[in-house]
Amino acid sequence: MPGQGAAATAVRRTVTAERLRIVASLIRITGDWDLAEDCVQDAAERALMRWPSDGIPDNPAAWLTSAARRRAVDVLRRRRTEQAKLRLLQAEVELAVDRTVEGEVYDDERLGLLFACCHPSLPLGGRVALTLKTVTGLSTREVARAFLVSEATMGQRLLRTRQKIAHTGISLRQPEPHRLAERTAGILAVIYLLFNEGYTATEGEQTLREDVAGEAVRLAGLVAELLPDDGEVHGLRALLLLQHARRAARTDVGGDLVTLDQQDRTRWDRGYIAAGLHSLGRARGAEHPAGYYQLQAEIAAVHATARDAAATDWARIVTGYDALLALRPSPVVALNRAVAVGFRDGAEAGLAALSDAVAAGGLDGYALVPAVRADLQRRAGRASAAAAEYRVAIQRAATGPEQRLLQRRLDELTETNPERTP
Amino acid sequence: MKYLMLVATDPDHTAADAEAAPDVNDWFAQVTGQGAWLSGDRLRPVEDATTVRVRGGELLVTDGPFTESKEWIAGFDVLECADLDAAIEIAAKHPMAYTGRLELRPIWPMDEN
Repeated sequence: MPGQGAAATAVRRTVTAERLRIVASLIRITGDWDLAEDCVQDAAERALMRWPSDGIPDNPAAWLTSAARRRAVDVLRRRRTEQAKLRLLQAEVELAVDRTVEGEVYDDERLGLLFACCHPSLPLGGRVALTLKTVTGLSTREVARAFLVSEATMGQRLLRTRQKIAHTGISLRQPEPHRLAERTAGILAVIYLLFNEGYTATEGEQTLREDVAGEAVRLAGLVAELLPDDGEVHGLRALLLLQHARRAARTDVGGDLVTLDQQDRTRWDRGYIAAGLHSLGRARGAEHPAGYYQLQAEIAAVHATARDAAATDWARIVTGYDALLALRPSPVVALNRAVAVGFRDGAEAGLAALSDAVAAGGLDGYALVPAVRADLQRRAGRASAAAAEYRVAIQRAATGPEQRLLQRRLDELTETNPERTP
Repeated sequence: MKYLMLVATDPDHTAADAEAAPDVNDWFAQVTGQGAWLSGDRLRPVEDATTVRVRGGELLVTDGPFTESKEWIAGFDVLECADLDAAIEIAAKHPMAYTGRLELRPIWPMDEN
């Protein structure tokens, strides 16, 4: 007889591994997203009640799948609408067939569900929210908190997105082969947004948002497993793993942000870095030229493999940003390149590159511009110019941790150069 | 699923786009061949449009379309497709996808809420 704790762990592990599979097949069979999610939830609750006394089943995945399906049939039976009757007939036929052995069918269903959630005809906010909700099974309230909106707003967003899927006839199937690359790029864009949503942790909700970033990493792994021939899938997975490897070092004990050069690199997750480098190798081995995510992963890999901040190969990082700008020009990438130039060639060269990036446009009001300029002015030895820029940056910073980080920089500056600042 | 495909003009395209546009007869042969085309036609230009309203019990007939814009509806097709992706594939092969724009609107059956 397993202990309560062991059974609970087994339930959690099984739900994490099987959730998307079960939800995907129940949505396909019943056409009802809420029903599918509720049935998995119900099956998990039953498992939590049964497994401590009955023992953990030999095939926990099959147990959970059957429990969710039985629940679906029960719920459909109790509904007395015509539509439910039709679905019940269809569902009973489908559910009578044991498909647990047909692994490939299930993989297709999971992918089909992901392609539906990330369909380009859905509004982007809806795609990101629905993907998170469907894949993780977080409550609407939790998803709302992760996106910093009210539960009512998120409920509406999820409802409208699901309704659009139903009303416009978005089906849960994989796209035609000639559309696979562009539709896969659509899934990757949603995962990337999801990750960044989690990564830009704000105060108070940090744990939840780290979970969201972790889910994005897991999802990238799933897509890499299901679509192994797409280089960008591995590129994105590499990027997320390499960035998420730094999660423990990004904040100090007080919850304040620690910049990359100041981070305690012994706190970086070596397992994640190794997995990220492995994925990067697979991306490099793909037939197509390096894509947007792979190029970013190349830059992240330079940081991840540097012994310490001083040993960073800034020349390779500048080259990486050059390649990224050639592929997809972006003001923010140009800004990052200026930072790298500042480390490769010195602060004056960095300031020149920053001026070029700002002159190229698209960075007006961007909070990081004064922060980057302040750091470069400080390193160039112009303390008062740096202090003025830090003050602008503090005003523009979006979150408390960012403000405190900049304030610390400003304080350090005035402590070391008391006579030179206004 | 039934879709209304609204075919609109769009001045925002290049000569190369126009060059790449497939022949409309090929498109028509293909969609009718696969049984996806239910009905459709081209429409006379907006100069020939008439807008009709009744307000306060009074009939208001005005010259021109709903809204004045650079894009105007030049035709329509009613399609029967398995799903949205199938309709998108049909739309993507229409010449006006290259030199105009197409809007796919699912038909809302009268007996559905």
